[in-house]
Amino acid sequence: MKVLVPVKRVIDYNVKVRVKADGSGVDLANVKMSMNPFDEIAVEEAIRLKEAGKADEVVAVSIGVKQAQETLRTALAMGADRAILVIAADDVHQDIEPLAVAKILAKVVEEEQPGIVLAGKQSIDNDMNATGQMLSALLGWSQGTFASELDIDGDSAKITREVDGGLQTISVKMPTIVTVDLRLNEPRYASLPNIMKAKKKPLDEKTAADYGVDVTPRLEIVKTEEPAARAAGIIVGSVDELVEKLKEAGAV
Amino acid sequence: MQFGLSDEQEMIVSTVRSFVENEIYPHEAEVERTGQVPHALGEAIKQKVIDLGFYACNFPEEVGGAGLSHLDFTLVERELGRGSMALTHFFGRPQNILMACNSEQRDRYLLPAVRGERMDALAMTEPDAGSDVRGMKCQAQRDGGDWVINGSKHFISGAEHADFFIVFIATGVDETPKGPKKRITTFLVDRGTPGFEVREGYNSVSHKGYKNYILYFDNCRLPDAQVLGEVDGGFAVMNKWLYATRLTVAAFSVGRARRCFDYALNYAAERKQFGQPIGKFQGVGFQIADMITEIDAADWLTLAAAWRLDQDLPSNREIASAKLYASEALARVTDTTLQIFGGMGLMDDFPIERFWRDARVERIWDGTSEIQRHIISRDLLRPLGA
Ligand SMILES: Cc1cc2nc3c(=O)[nH]c(=O)nc-3n(C[C@H](O)[C@H](O)[C@H](O)COP(=O)(O)OP(=O)(O)OC[C@H]3O[C@@H](n4cnc5c(N)ncnc54)[C@H](O)[C@@H]3O)c2cc1C
Ligand SMILES: Cc1cc2nc3c(=O)[nH]c(=O)nc-3n(C[C@H](O)[C@H](O)[C@H](O)COP(=O)(O)OP(=O)(O)OC[C@H]3O[C@@H](n4cnc5c(N)ncnc54)[C@H](O)[C@@H]3O)c2cc1C
Repeated sequence: MKVLVPVKRVIDYNVKVRVKADGSGVDLANVKMSMNPFDEIAVEEAIRLKEAGKADEVVAVSIGVKQAQETLRTALAMGADRAILVIAADDVHQDIEPLAVAKILAKVVEEEQPGIVLAGKQSIDNDMNATGQMLSALLGWSQGTFASELDIDGDSAKITREVDGGLQTISVKMPTIVTVDLRLNEPRYASLPNIMKAKKKPLDEKTAADYGVDVTPRLEIVKTEEPAARAAGIIVGSVDELVEKLKEAGAV
Repeated sequence: MQFGLSDEQEMIVSTVRSFVENEIYPHEAEVERTGQVPHALGEAIKQKVIDLGFYACNFPEEVGGAGLSHLDFTLVERELGRGSMALTHFFGRPQNILMACNSEQRDRYLLPAVRGERMDALAMTEPDAGSDVRGMKCQAQRDGGDWVINGSKHFISGAEHADFFIVFIATGVDETPKGPKKRITTFLVDRGTPGFEVREGYNSVSHKGYKNYILYFDNCRLPDAQVLGEVDGGFAVMNKWLYATRLTVAAFSVGRARRCFDYALNYAAERKQFGQPIGKFQGVGFQIADMITEIDAADWLTLAAAWRLDQDLPSNREIASAKLYASEALARVTDTTLQIFGGMGLMDDFPIERFWRDARVERIWDGTSEIQRHIISRDLLRPLGA
């Protein structure tokens, strides 16, 4: 079985995000970019499937600017076998919307015929949480979102989902699309031998046009704002005072 | 000229950086408090590094290392410099000098060291011979076919974890026009050799948990098989392999300075006095400017020296400049950062006071700043007959 893992290049989670002066979005010029952390978990899961003998090939795909090549190299260094880069924008500030990404992924799936697509539940830049679901709809495949456990057994898979208020276990038919949550696994570091091998692994370059997908934005960003600054805390002298203050604030 | 890192180098840097942040930082406060690394923790770090293929990455592939270039390895050292030295010791970079092992010594020392099975320590310094290595008193005398060693070494780092020691010992004197000159030989000494003892050393304010020890030799008998390189060839072995440790100090200093600087930058942006962030006062803002300028300069000096080594260009002077400048820059950066933190900089609630203490030794070990200046100036003046 082949595993397809879409990976997105996003602003590094350690970077303090700055909103552009015109409010059109977040400043991405000269900031550190990394693989979306949820996608790292997806790559890890794919490699574990391969190590467990349940998959025989892991293919990483990234859609975006040319620099996403670095993100794919990271996936290769973690242990993916090959990579596909779909160039869909020249400007680092142009985000490709979930529907366009899903359409391109659907074409890649047609070409590659994976048995499973493992994606992050959302990317930490726009938090859309939509690509996996849209891909499922486009392909007519089953889906298991927010996965914290995955157990593939022949032509079905058991997926534990992190839902509001608890865990839900579902069984889906293969092929399927799984979007992964934080607790599924802990991604490995790239080993030094794999880092050195990554360069020799194949990385195919395509464009959105090759797949006939129009990536023109359909959504308009009206405004981007910094979150409101947190008000300073106060130090209370006793439990009584704490309760009193909480009552004043209407919290109890 | 091309100043960027390759994709591989970027990945090496980000992997080592994440490793240090996730596997080293969380244990630093405890090591600082107790002054030691629990055995199980050291071994756990070592095993992770072995699994990642980074252990002994400074060694060539034919002996089981990763075959990194000097530049790549310097990047690794730079990222490791961020973390506690007591803990990154277990990231395992055995002394390059082990490459001087003969074929029989390879199996006993070099290969087990590269595999992480045996750890080494290096002993040169003595109470009466620091910068002046040739002044050493520890000596070996022929007795039958063996050597009999007497004397001591002090300030020996990592001795508590070492299974064997690379020791420089005087094996004779040559009369030269400039006076008597000691001949020096390098020996491999196993822990537990009769007549050889490792004792607790001094308490250092720098690098808590990275302790130094005193070695004693009392009629310690060693066969010729323990000689590393040639008899009387100690300086040749030293000159061929020990440049690496000085570059390591430079790389460490740059990495540590960057970690420290991030604290200074954020504190200057967040700490408010007189109704504004202190970074807005020119007095503080300009300190930030000077610090980053010095750190970048130290970084480039260090990387350029490593690059020269890879090109087989003469690099003795350049390495000395990098060691000198980076270690002195680190001292200024940690001191200035502490100043920016005001009173809190001195408190162990923040790691600043520790960075400041740790920085002090970088100007002393592996050749003091004065000795580096000596190397640099002699390199330039000797050809001119001065
Ligand atoms: C914590 C720690 C760990 C160490 N670990 C090791 C180790 O593992 N193995 C090992 O072999 N050694 C180790 N050392 C020793 C270290 O390399 C020496 O401390 C260093 O070489 C300086 O020697 P010294 O301390 O005896 O100072 P000295 O050589 O006595 O120097 C005293 C002062 O005189 C100056 N000076 C000396 N000669 C000259 C000159 N010609 N011109 C101008 N100024 C001069 C020096 O710069 C210095 O300021 C360690 C030291 C420390 C502090
Ligand atoms: C061990 C210790 C004991 C102490 N004991 C006492 C005590 O008994 N009683 C007491 O009242 N206090 C005490 N103090 C407090 C001490 O006086 C303060 O630490 C000192 O005034 C600095 O204040 P701060 O630490 O808050 O630093 P900050 O005022 O926050 O300064 C941070 C940095 O910003 C710089 N800075 C601030 N304003 C400006 C400006 N306008 N222009 C340029 N740079 C600026 C400072 O120089 C410093 O580098 C003690 C402090 C220590 C460390």
